[in-house]
Amino acid sequence: MHNLTVAELIKGLKNKDFSSLELTQHYLTRIKSSELNAFISITEDEALSQAKEADKKIKQGDSSILTGIPYAHKDIFCTKGVKTSAGSKMLDSFISPYDATVTKKLNNENMVMLGKTNMDEFAMGSSNENSYFGPVQNPWDVSKVPGGSSGGSAAAVAARLSPLATGTDTGGSIRQPASLCGITGLKPTYGRISRYGMIAYASSLDQAGPMTQNAEDAAIILTAMAGFDKHDSTSANKSVPDYTQCLEDSINGLKIGLPKEFFSEGLDSDVEKVVMQSIKEYESMGAEIKEVSLPNSIHAIPAYYIVAPCECSSNLSRFDGVRYGYRCEDPKDLNDLYLRSRSEGFGEEVKRRIMIGAYALSAGYYDAYYLKAQKVRQLISEDFKKAFNEVDLIMGPVSPSVAFKLGSVKDPVSMYLADIYTLSVNLAGLPGMSIPAGFSGNLPVGLQLIGNHWSEELLLNAAHQFQMRTDWHKHSPAEN
Amino acid sequence: MSLDNKKVKEIAYLARLNIEDSDIEQATAELNNILSLMDKLGEIDTGDSEPMAHPLKMSQRLREDKVSEDDLSEEFQAIAPKTGKGHFLVPTVIE
Repeated sequence: MHNLTVAELIKGLKNKDFSSLELTQHYLTRIKSSELNAFISITEDEALSQAKEADKKIKQGDSSILTGIPYAHKDIFCTKGVKTSAGSKMLDSFISPYDATVTKKLNNENMVMLGKTNMDEFAMGSSNENSYFGPVQNPWDVSKVPGGSSGGSAAAVAARLSPLATGTDTGGSIRQPASLCGITGLKPTYGRISRYGMIAYASSLDQAGPMTQNAEDAAIILTAMAGFDKHDSTSANKSVPDYTQCLEDSINGLKIGLPKEFFSEGLDSDVEKVVMQSIKEYESMGAEIKEVSLPNSIHAIPAYYIVAPCECSSNLSRFDGVRYGYRCEDPKDLNDLYLRSRSEGFGEEVKRRIMIGAYALSAGYYDAYYLKAQKVRQLISEDFKKAFNEVDLIMGPVSPSVAFKLGSVKDPVSMYLADIYTLSVNLAGLPGMSIPAGFSGNLPVGLQLIGNHWSEELLLNAAHQFQMRTDWHKHSPAEN
Repeated sequence: MSLDNKKVKEIAYLARLNIEDSDIEQATAELNNILSLMDKLGEIDTGDSEPMAHPLKMSQRLREDKVSEDDLSEEFQAIAPKTGKGHFLVPTVIE
């Protein structure tokens, strides 16, 4: 049952092959016997009652297509009455008093939340090792990282602990773990999905998206997650198509651009081989392949690691030990309260990024760092604009290597450098996707698809067509 | 630009973070390492490129100035570390 896709589960529920309660119990049993540490909270009682409610609705004929489908929710989305930790000690005891818009939308479909998934603290990290709740193991090889920051979500879908999961992507946090765990992950255009109730890291970059076994499921879930929200001032007032409608379209004549900067030194040769084989597959489907150039994409790392820390140092100033979250013991005065609550509540990487941001925004440095980074961001965005005058989609690797060993990358800068292929997409606000494309040894490799603003339909269409011809997305790690 | 321990302590204080004396050497080294990566920005010719604050160049949407939410102060204070008489409590600021 757990190898079924969301589309198949929808059919199964409709045909009464199983009930939502049976499905939910099945996944809960799997989650409880898993040692991957993919979940921070398992919401068993809530899940069972949601499943019973869903079964009732289905019986009464009062259901939507997603009614009764279980899902895993990244622990960055506020869930009323349920701990929402963002992977931090700071919010270890935070029971959200309200629902994020994404949570509300999935609740309105009467979906069943199995639990909240593990993540890098406040979504800052590329390996899930920055979680206060301990690292997640990659289900393909438990000595390896699952990627981050949505590492728990990616591991949960790959290990079939949940048919789908939510994720968020600020610099690659959906696509990179999707690639490292061999699943499908979509980061939509900035503004497509509401950020309300999604704990903020870098507000001009953060975007939520679905993590699933395949593109068809991603299309179904995106349709449910997307849409305008008056509670999010950066939410786009744009209608939401049914993203499943375009999946079967032919991609004959599709123009695909390969940025030469994405295939230079630093790219693992096995990863390159897998990516090039996938491109050949597209060619055989009638796509036209063309080299393009994104000359400023090499500057994405310094630009991102200024913009994101600046925004995070401002966003995370709200954690002051006064209104919610962690407060230190016996503060002697207000300053001591702030200093110790924050120093004891935040982990090392979060403190590092807050300090980089505080420095870059401090008097006298703003022009040299933040303003300069925003200008570079403009150049990166213009590169994409030029490229999309010539091609429909851009393809390349997601990550320079496959999953690496837990604990093996200790230096923060080396960790940042591995984000090279994903950051520019967030800086430009574009939609991007990772789909399973092959293996290096026993570890999965993802192919990145990048589209122009609002081209989610084309991305999903191209991904689905690839998955009709290949079976990489059907592989799942051996049971452990 | 290279930071010394004193400057790092100042930055930490700006962000209301404490760095223990035993950790300061390592923190300074790590920040300098990261900043040397960021300093590459200075070498890029950005010409007359406009700073990009929003990926879709959207302007801030305004809403009508009227009450739209219920009073949830009790629920919000229920999760606060310390409250009293409808206020969030902190150590005494003025004697």
